[in-house]
Parts: sequence; C-alpha cells; structure tokens
Amino acid sequence: MNIPLSIANNIHNWLLNIMPAMAVGIIEMALIALAYLTLFAVLGLYLVLMERKVAAWFQLRIGPNRVGFHGLLQTMADALKLVSKELTGTVKADKFLYNLAPYFVIISSLMALAVFPFTKDLQAFDINIGIFFLIAISSVGVIGILLGGWSSNNKFALIGAMRSGVQTISYELSIGLSLLTMILITGSLQLSEIIEVQKNGWLIVQGHIPAIIAFMIYMIAGTAETNRAPFDMVEAESELGAGFHTEYSGMKFAYFFLAEFINMFIIAAIATTVFFGGWLSPFGITQSIPWLGVFWFLAKTFVLVFLMMWFRWTFPRLRVDQLLTLEWKYLLPINLVNIVIMAVIVWLNFTIQF
Amino acid sequence: MSYLSEIYNGIKTLLTGMSVTGKYFLNSRKGAITQQYPDNRDTLKMFERFRGEVVMPHDEKNEHQCTGCQKCEIACPNGTIEIIWDRAIDEDTGKKKKKIDKHIYHLGMCTMCGLCIEACPTDAIKWAQNYENSVYDRTQLTRVLNKPGSKVKAGIED
Ligand code: SF4
Ligand code: SF4
Repeated sequence: MNIPLSIANNIHNWLLNIMPAMAVGIIEMALIALAYLTLFAVLGLYLVLMERKVAAWFQLRIGPNRVGFHGLLQTMADALKLVSKELTGTVKADKFLYNLAPYFVIISSLMALAVFPFTKDLQAFDINIGIFFLIAISSVGVIGILLGGWSSNNKFALIGAMRSGVQTISYELSIGLSLLTMILITGSLQLSEIIEVQKNGWLIVQGHIPAIIAFMIYMIAGTAETNRAPFDMVEAESELGAGFHTEYSGMKFAYFFLAEFINMFIIAAIATTVFFGGWLSPFGITQSIPWLGVFWFLAKTFVLVFLMMWFRWTFPRLRVDQLLTLEWKYLLPINLVNIVIMAVIVWLNFTIQF
Repeated sequence: MSYLSEIYNGIKTLLTGMSVTGKYFLNSRKGAITQQYPDNRDTLKMFERFRGEVVMPHDEKNEHQCTGCQKCEIACPNGTIEIIWDRAIDEDTGKKKKKIDKHIYHLGMCTMCGLCIEACPTDAIKWAQNYENSVYDRTQLTRVLNKPGSKVKAGIED
C-alpha cells in the first residue's frame, strides 16, 4: 500500500468530480509547486541550521542552542526576523534588475528540485532529459548573481558577481563532463531510468575506478558551483564585504542565502541520484517498503551535504588564479581521460554488476 | 610525471587535513570550549591566562611583596597605576627606607596589557581571574591594592 500516492489519487479524483480535467491539471500543478516550495524552504532553513551546528562541532564549539530544543528553531526565528526587516537599497541601483535578481536565483534552484525522484512514485516531473535539464538550470542561477552584482551599483558586488561568473563557467564544464562519464554507463539522461539501471549495483560500484574519479571531480566542481568555501571567491568577506549580495537586505538577502543552501542540496542530490543509487536502499534491504526510498534518498543526500561542509571547514581558500589552474590544468584533462577510460570499460563490459 | 605525483600529493594532503578535522568533529562533544556563561556562573572558573584585573596578593600575616620601587607605575602606558609612597625608619638597620602608602590602581583605565606585571621585580602584583567587573559608579573602579595596615614582607628586597 502506497500511502502518499493514495492520498494524491484521492485528491485527484475529488478534484475531477468538481471541475474539468484541464483545470484539475493546472490546480494540481499549483498544489505541487506550493508543497515543494514550503517543503524546501523549511529544508533550506534546516540546512542552514545543520551548517551552523556542523561548523560549531568542527571548531569545538556548541553552536546555536537557545531557541527551541537544542536550538532547533533557531533558523526559523532568523527567517522571521529577516521577513520583518526593512528592505533597503541603493539610490543608484537599477531598480528593476535589482529586485529581479534574487528571484532568478531562488526560482532556478527550486526548478531543479522538480526533477528529482525522491522515491519511485514521488517525482514531480520525470523529464526525459533530466540530467541535461539539471545542468542547464543550475547555471541559470549565476545570471541572478551577475544581475544582483551588476544592478546594485557597488564595485564590491560587481567584482563578486564577476568572480562568480568566472567560477561557474569554468566548473560547469567539470560537472557536465563528470556526469557524462556516468551517462556512458546508464545510456539515458532520464533520472528514473538512471536509478533503474542501478538496481544491479550503484553506479559508483558498477563503474569502479573511473566512477570514483568522476565522483571526486564532481564533488570538487559541485562545491565550486555553489560558491562555498574553499571556493568562496564570490563573497570573500575580507575583500568584498559580502560580495554580490552586499546591497541586499531583509528577505531578498534571505533568498540568496536560502538559494545557496538549496543549491548545495541539489548538488548532493544529483550525486546521490547518479552515483549512489538515489532512493534505492543498500543491497535492497527495504525493497518491499517503497516509501522508505525517501528516507534513503535524504540520508544519502545529507551524508554528501555533510561532506561538503567538511570540505568547507577543513580546506583553506583558493586564490582566483589557483581556482582556474585547478579547473583547467587538472580537473578538465583528468576528466577527459576519465571519459575515455569509462568508454573503454563500458565497451568491453568491465563494469561490476550484481 | 611530476604532474601525476602532484595530483597524488594533493589528494593525500587534502585527505590528511580532512582526517584531522574529522577527529575534531567526533570529539567535539567532550572538548567543547564554549562557556554557557550566565547559566554556569556558579561553577565557571576562568582559565589561568585570563586577565581580569591586577591584584596584589597578601599572605596570612597581611604582608605583600611590593617594595614601592614604582617600576610598574613607569611601565604603565596609560597612567593607570599611582603609587603614593613614604619614607620610614627601618627597625633593623635604622636607615630611612622607601615604602608604599597606597598602591592605587584605576581599573577603568587599564587596558589589561600586563606590562606592569612584567615590570615588577618582586612579583608583587599579578592577574586575578575574576570577571563581571561592571559597577554603577566609576569611583568604585579605583582600587587600593595594598590592604590597610599591610607591610612589605621581610627580606624581599635582598
Ligand atoms: S595592565 Fe597595562 S594598563 Fe593595566 S595597569 Fe598594568 S601596565 Fe597599566
Ligand atoms: S608592584 Fe612591583 S613594580 Fe610596582 S612598586 Fe611594587 S614592587 Fe615595584
């Protein structure tokens, strides 16, 4: 018995009774969008809390522990405070673009969430070019950052935004190529099918050595994509104030902030789907209970998110030139060689299958 | 070839770094250095290096070790210490000798730089670990460090 699905069916039938099919479609889309929006806003808030707690533990501190049990409501309180704050802006800002930029960032990251299969049936949009869509949409966010930096008419914001552009354009390549390496095994871009393939072993096992290399490259490039330390050129506090969102306040700032954390979740979720079998349980131990897939998906994703936080609190920051050296002189050539190796392995059927 | 060994070394050092921070992460429960201040004010004990205020320890015979040499007064960059001194006849030798009347310390002016403590040749003054030094009236921040009726410990000048 699939509980979430049966609820959805009940709502669907009930709506069909009272209005035409066309309207039902639109209303259901709106409902799903709303549900996703609320869920992921809350998820983003808890990611912020997780980041703060994890940071504290890495630095032998305690972290937020005042609001709610062990500080569990801390970020809720922060969000409430940000909502109630005045929205200030600069006089010479390009008002239209300035106000548009945060929505670009947050909407592009929310759009990416739509294609993830959280479990077999819980997927908002099973598009047949899933991975391609994800790569494409994740680079739209950088337009928001560029717009924000450009339109706030502040030199620090502009420098931060430009750095973000440089970073995203370079590391996009590595993300794309490392995912392409895995596509060679799956032979499909559709996320549900990618997971289907992994029923005979997660891709990181199937593809063994080249898959592990691809995973490492993906994690490095993914961390760079989300503009997190050690790649936080974009908002280098000591050099640029807060970088591209220096001039933003209140809820608009919160959008940028939330988008950063949701992007981190997205990067981890892509890695979960492509390398670690998405909602598949390890060795199929809970195959009979399909809704547990959500648990497995989130568990794997949070482990990867934790890995990214671990990076952040361990590694020193890179300079801009080191950043580009790493991408163009190391990650890209390794990646290209890796694709060839993977192609040979797939061609000769050297993949490990259970 | 150096290209490949660079990659190998890079990954190795990164993993070493991660293992170090990973250990910190796992031990954070036991080793948390955060003090939950107002909650634990009854049990909170400041660590040795903490600089609360300058004090002059006295022993049970109400004797301190200050000879009145005024080195601390000179060492202080912002005139926090004032020494009011006197001359008195030493009973043993019968000679006139300098001694302090009042060692005045203005906590409100002190920057906690510690130069006075380093300058003192007889270790007469040291740091106290107290905190919560705020008061309602700033005259209370002017302290006389030597207790009334105290005198210098015998033999400290030799
Ligand atoms: S700690 Fe520094 S400022 Fe304070 S009394 Fe000593 S020398 Fe002066
Ligand atoms: S406290 Fe030390 S330095 Fe200051 S007058 Fe006394 S003996 Fe001299």
